[in-house]
Amino acid sequence: MKKIIIHDTTLRDGNHAISHQLSANSIEKYCKIAEKAGIPVIEVGHGNGLGASSLQVGFSKCTDKKMLTIARKVLNKTKLAVHVMPGFATIKDDLTKAIDIGVDIVRVGTHCTEANISKNFIEFSKKNGPKVYGALMMSHMVDKKELLKQAKIFQEYGASGVSIFDSAGNYITEDVKSRVSYLVKNLSIDVGFHAHNNLGLAIANSITAIESGATIIDSSIKGFGAGAGNAQLEVLVAVLQRMKYQTGIDLYSVLDASELAMNNFIEQSPSINSSAVISGLTGVFSGFNKHIEKVAKVYDVDSRKIYAYLGKEKVIGGQEDKIVEAANWVKNNEKSTKTKTK
Amino acid sequence: MLNVAILGSGNIGIDLLCKVIKSKTLSCKLVVGRNLKSNGLVFARKKGFNVSSKGIDAIIESKENIDLVFDATSAKDHIAHWAILKKNNISVIDMTPSKIGCPIVPTINLDDALVNKNINMISCGGQSSIPLIYTVRKILGNHIQYIELVSSIASISAGPATRINIDEYVTNTASAIKEFSGNKVNKVILILNPAEPPINMQTTLSFLLKDNNINLDSLTRNLHITVDRIKEYLPGYDLAFEPKIIEKRLVIMIKIVGNGDYLPKFSGNLDIINASAIKVAEHIASSKI
Repeated sequence: MKKIIIHDTTLRDGNHAISHQLSANSIEKYCKIAEKAGIPVIEVGHGNGLGASSLQVGFSKCTDKKMLTIARKVLNKTKLAVHVMPGFATIKDDLTKAIDIGVDIVRVGTHCTEANISKNFIEFSKKNGPKVYGALMMSHMVDKKELLKQAKIFQEYGASGVSIFDSAGNYITEDVKSRVSYLVKNLSIDVGFHAHNNLGLAIANSITAIESGATIIDSSIKGFGAGAGNAQLEVLVAVLQRMKYQTGIDLYSVLDASELAMNNFIEQSPSINSSAVISGLTGVFSGFNKHIEKVAKVYDVDSRKIYAYLGKEKVIGGQEDKIVEAANWVKNNEKSTKTKTK
Repeated sequence: MLNVAILGSGNIGIDLLCKVIKSKTLSCKLVVGRNLKSNGLVFARKKGFNVSSKGIDAIIESKENIDLVFDATSAKDHIAHWAILKKNNISVIDMTPSKIGCPIVPTINLDDALVNKNINMISCGGQSSIPLIYTVRKILGNHIQYIELVSSIASISAGPATRINIDEYVTNTASAIKEFSGNKVNKVILILNPAEPPINMQTTLSFLLKDNNINLDSLTRNLHITVDRIKEYLPGYDLAFEPKIIEKRLVIMIKIVGNGDYLPKFSGNLDIINASAIKVAEHIASSKI
């Protein structure tokens, strides 16, 4: 059976769950234990990747440089990965620094229809050492044909693989099966999958992706990730062990890692609360969760109505400013309905 | 009348042509592209304009006494064009991100257009945000610690050059904000949204303040004055809602609907830079009377 690469996003996607406040100390501790457990790849950084620290998506506690330097110092066999989105980061200010620190893998993420903004990022990374992968975010927004067209752009630019991100946790297993198998059939590079657990399907969807031919699977310890969280890494490892897939990861060590993370930086295990369900159903980017909570409080409106508005407007990752507009709309709308009923 | 030529027959160039046609003080003498069969040159010829596929040479060889060229080609080509135009004493409004000319924002430094032969229009994000940043900066001054600009545009309004050089947009816009506001710490983000029907350009300006002890009403009034001045050259420019303070963050959101001259209305990002360029050209024209 083919070996499955577990791509650990705890220290990147998990940063969303704590408003990007991950400390250097937590990164160091987690990297040490993850290395011991045999996790093949760890992605580190701000939830939205390199250069994303901002008012729009949240300032991070540590700079990219600090986070990556500490991880680099600890990691040896485990590869150090970064996520980078053109439009947020630039090659000169952000990517160059990460490559200088010595990251092994660069994942260039774009919205699922915008792969052709990644050309310079991919070529620059490849030329300077790291292995490069593409990530198609919010992939539920398009059909499999469009996804293939976009994945082929990454392939043409020289990416070693492409992962489709269920950034909103919107997929049911059927969606994963049809998309992943279609990509695997028509691409010559590796295919990966990144789950969110809004509808309680993160593990099921990840397994479906593997059975459809995906070989790179994202997951986070305790599911620590944006919104309802990602596929729970230690559970995924256990399931894959039962199914006799090779991951190279020691189950008991990752269970230890899970406890360490819980005692250290996971303030609250991700859970599927009511806004997570609405977020998944309406197809809103998981990273919006914390921002929506905050803005809903400021405006004193029902956060679920904000999700509904954003879903209808087809807002994508990075458009966090639309949350304020949505709250404003909900508020004004409530006012006018109230006046009408009077 | 100021005699102008348009260099570059893509969407930007032809939209500029449509705006020149509407202008009372600008007269287009020549539209230059690379291919006589291209949509742009066919359109220009149908409208009765002289067209050529001979590039910059066509402008130099023209007997029409061209005063001003709109260069809507690419940053790389503009550098070569400028060397030739400079030698021939022809002014140019540069629509590309080459950064070699004097950056102009119509509501701020229009008169600089009268003393500079090469004028740079910065970027769509720059033209949509800098007028308001300048106003906020004038009123809040040292209250501002950090400025952030996020623009979301419709995917189909971002052409191949913007896509490949997305960093160029980010870097140029950030450095123009720095130059016009004097505020060193800023960040620029660009989002391409593929939604159908296409979204209008939306730009959100955020200012991180030292404290939220500011007079928001007075600031809002001043912002509306600036918005009204922009509306003079782009009527579809407006605040999405009244400025708001959330904790220490001042949020100003702008929506831009284009004129729909040649480009579709949703591409307000392209329209604001074109409308600004026309405003600059008309200012030069008025000084020559």
